[in-house]
Amino acid sequence: MKTILDKRQLHLTILRLAHQLLENHQNLDEVVFIGLQPRGVQISKRIVDTVRSLCLGQNIQYGILDITFYRDDVRKELHIANTTDIPFSIEGKAVILIDDVLYTGRTIRAALDALQDFGRPKKIELCVLVDRRFNRELPIQPDYCGKSIDTAYSQKVKVEWEREEVILY
Amino acid sequence: MQLSTKHLLGIKDLSSEDISLILTTASQFKEVLQRPVKKVPSLRDITIVNLFYENSTRTRFSFELAEKRLSADAINFSSSASSVSKGETLLDTVNNILSMKVDMVVMRHSASGAPHFLAKHIPAAIVNAGDGINEHPTQALLDAFSIQEKIGSLEGKKVLLIGDIMHSRVALSNIYLLKKMGAEVMVAGPPTLIPTYLEQALQVKVEYNLKKALQWCDVANVLRIQLERQNQVLFSSLREYNLAYGVTKKLLDSLQKEIVIMHPGPINRGVEIDSDVADSSQSIILQQVENGVAVRMAVLYLLAGKKAE
Repeated sequence: MKTILDKRQLHLTILRLAHQLLENHQNLDEVVFIGLQPRGVQISKRIVDTVRSLCLGQNIQYGILDITFYRDDVRKELHIANTTDIPFSIEGKAVILIDDVLYTGRTIRAALDALQDFGRPKKIELCVLVDRRFNRELPIQPDYCGKSIDTAYSQKVKVEWEREEVILY
Repeated sequence: MQLSTKHLLGIKDLSSEDISLILTTASQFKEVLQRPVKKVPSLRDITIVNLFYENSTRTRFSFELAEKRLSADAINFSSSASSVSKGETLLDTVNNILSMKVDMVVMRHSASGAPHFLAKHIPAAIVNAGDGINEHPTQALLDAFSIQEKIGSLEGKKVLLIGDIMHSRVALSNIYLLKKMGAEVMVAGPPTLIPTYLEQALQVKVEYNLKKALQWCDVANVLRIQLERQNQVLFSSLREYNLAYGVTKKLLDSLQKEIVIMHPGPINRGVEIDSDVADSSQSIILQQVENGVAVRMAVLYLLAGKKAE
């Protein structure tokens, strides 16, 4: 067990990610933030809250997406769906997809498919808290990354939200 | 978490956890149906046959739409346009279809127990879309989903089933489901259309006075008179039935509360329910139909996933 980010580092990382997002997107009316169910919800909330506090008065569009029905392994394992809530149009917008850990890339692949069913965004960017960079099974890379780490397949990375720490098991 | 059964033959075989899982999954699919693209690729590699040995509009369309919105390949079979008319048996027909690599069977049949028989002899997952006077599980599930959507949790709710309880598979499936989910159930109708053992066997209340029954309930599910299944005269005329057990605007206005009106369709307007009631704001008949697709998507999705075990 190893701490990758402690409470203070996690806080700073979220602040940095929010700043990077703002740096690249001047007009927030053209941007929508989407957190991925289930584990991307917490981190996306934190990032969006930070963005909101940095640009008070701006309307920030934020939704959550569940990709269960877009998985490529229905026959292998049954997953139970969570709520999707995207109460706005993503047509022509820049979509910032947010998840906690980028691992094989399969969830993001499914999310890209799912987003197409909501409209045709201008562009999609990926923001993750932790990138397990040598475990990818698909050609997918993050545009914004909190922390990049090298891990083995046998290891697990978990964000402990009660303690506000990121742990490698 | 997954369903405890491989087939959906009846609500009788489901646990309350199974029912909750189907209803929760259905609400996620209902959200999918509000999207610009109302389709997900979940069952891309699954082929489903819809075997309808008995007429149907809603159920068959609903299953077919559910299958298409899950990206499954659907093939349709109706007994009148098939080799059944040349004397092929049910088992032969199904085995021939399955040899063409079909994964699931959705079946409606006029004989009670037909899907149970099939389940014993074939490997594919079976969804009962109505068997004789036994069960119609997806209808009960969509009824439950619609009630929940309208007035919240089923626990403690008072649900009334009116009409031809004896010949209604919708009634039996509804009774099983509502009891399992903690609702109170009452049936009302002419004594000739209510099985005598029902009260003891299934712990439901029986009431022969429609007004008293309506006064008791939160939700009234009005059933169709199944003339095609009645092989003897059980009431004198449809006109008389309407006078005694038809749900009318006047009757509803005389209650001290507003109840939810449901009907599994097809409606016989002016017999079991009057037009102004069926089309009123109290009625959720069309929402039931809408929810049917989401509920059937949930059932097919959960059974297809189960199959992988």
